[in-house]
Amino acid sequence: MSEHPVDMSKSIRTYGIVGGLLFLFTAITVGVNLIHVSSVALAITIALIIATMKGSMVAAIFMHLNHEKKWIYGALVLTVVFFVVLLLLPNLTVSDTIGTPSSYAISAEHAAQKAEKAEK
Amino acid sequence: MEIPYTVEPRPDSGLANGKLGIWLFLASEVMLFGALFSTYILLRVGAIEWPHGELSVKLGAINTFILIASSVTMVVAWAKLKMNEFSKGRLYIIVTAVLALVFLVNKYFEYADHFGRGEGPWHSTFLAIYFTLTGLHGLHILGGIAVMAYLAGPGAGLWKKNPDQYTNRVEYTGLYWHFVDLVWIFLFPVLYLL
Repeated sequence: MSEHPVDMSKSIRTYGIVGGLLFLFTAITVGVNLIHVSSVALAITIALIIATMKGSMVAAIFMHLNHEKKWIYGALVLTVVFFVVLLLLPNLTVSDTIGTPSSYAISAEHAAQKAEKAEK
Repeated sequence: MEIPYTVEPRPDSGLANGKLGIWLFLASEVMLFGALFSTYILLRVGAIEWPHGELSVKLGAINTFILIASSVTMVVAWAKLKMNEFSKGRLYIIVTAVLALVFLVNKYFEYADHFGRGEGPWHSTFLAIYFTLTGLHGLHILGGIAVMAYLAGPGAGLWKKNPDQYTNRVEYTGLYWHFVDLVWIFLFPVLYLL
C-alpha cells in the first residue's frame, strides 16, 4: 500500500509551502484591513480575491483537485451551476410586487382620472 | 458480507465508493453554506447601515492561522499513512484535533464576550447572521473533532486489519476538514473585515 517515500516526501514539502503561502495571504488580508483602503469597493475586491486564491490553493493541493477523476469534476461542475443559481435567487425579490400597486391598478386609476377630466 | 469498493476503485467511476460519497456530501454542504452566504448578501445589500469593527480581528486572524495549520497537519497525516508510517500519521491526526479544539476555545471566548455585553443574535441583523454562520461552522468543527478522535482512538484498530481502508477513511476525513477550512477562509474576511 505504501507510496514511493521520495514522492510522498516531496508532497509533504509542497503541503508545507502551501501552508506558508496561506499564512502569508492571511497576513496580507489583515494588513490591507489595517491600512484602511479609501474605497470600500476596493477593500472588498482585494479581500475576496485573496480569499479566492487561498480557497483555490486548499482545493487544488490539499484536496487534490489538481489531479482528480472526471466523476469528481462532473459533480463539482453541477455544484457550481446550482451554487450560482442559489446566489442569484435573491434577485427574484426585484420582481416581487407584493405591497406595491400593480401596473393594471395604475392604468385603471389613470383612465378614471382621464374620464373625470373629460366630464368636467 | 463485505462492503464492496471500499479500497479498490469501481470499474465505472474509477473511484472507491467512499471518495465519491464524501464529494457528493461536500456538494450538499456547498449548497447549505451557499444559502447562508446568499442570505448574508441579501441582508447586507438591503441594509441602510452595516456595523463595522464589532468583531475582534485579532481573534479571527488567530483562528484562521489555527485552521490553516490544522489543514496542513491533516494532509500530512494522510501522507504519512501512505508512507506506511502509522504512528506518525496518528500523531498528526491528534495534532489536528487539538488545533480544532483550540479554535473552538477561541470561539468560546469570542461568544462569551458578546453575550457578556448582551449582544446575542437578537441584538442586530449582523449578529444574527454572524452567529448563524459561525455557529454552523463551529458545529462542523465539532463533528470533525469527533471523527478524528474516533480515527486516532478506537477506529485506529482498522490499520492492522486493512491499512488501505484506514488510509482512505483518513483521506475522506481530510477532504471534509479542508472544506471546513475553506468555508472559514471566506467567513473571516466577510464577517470580520468587510
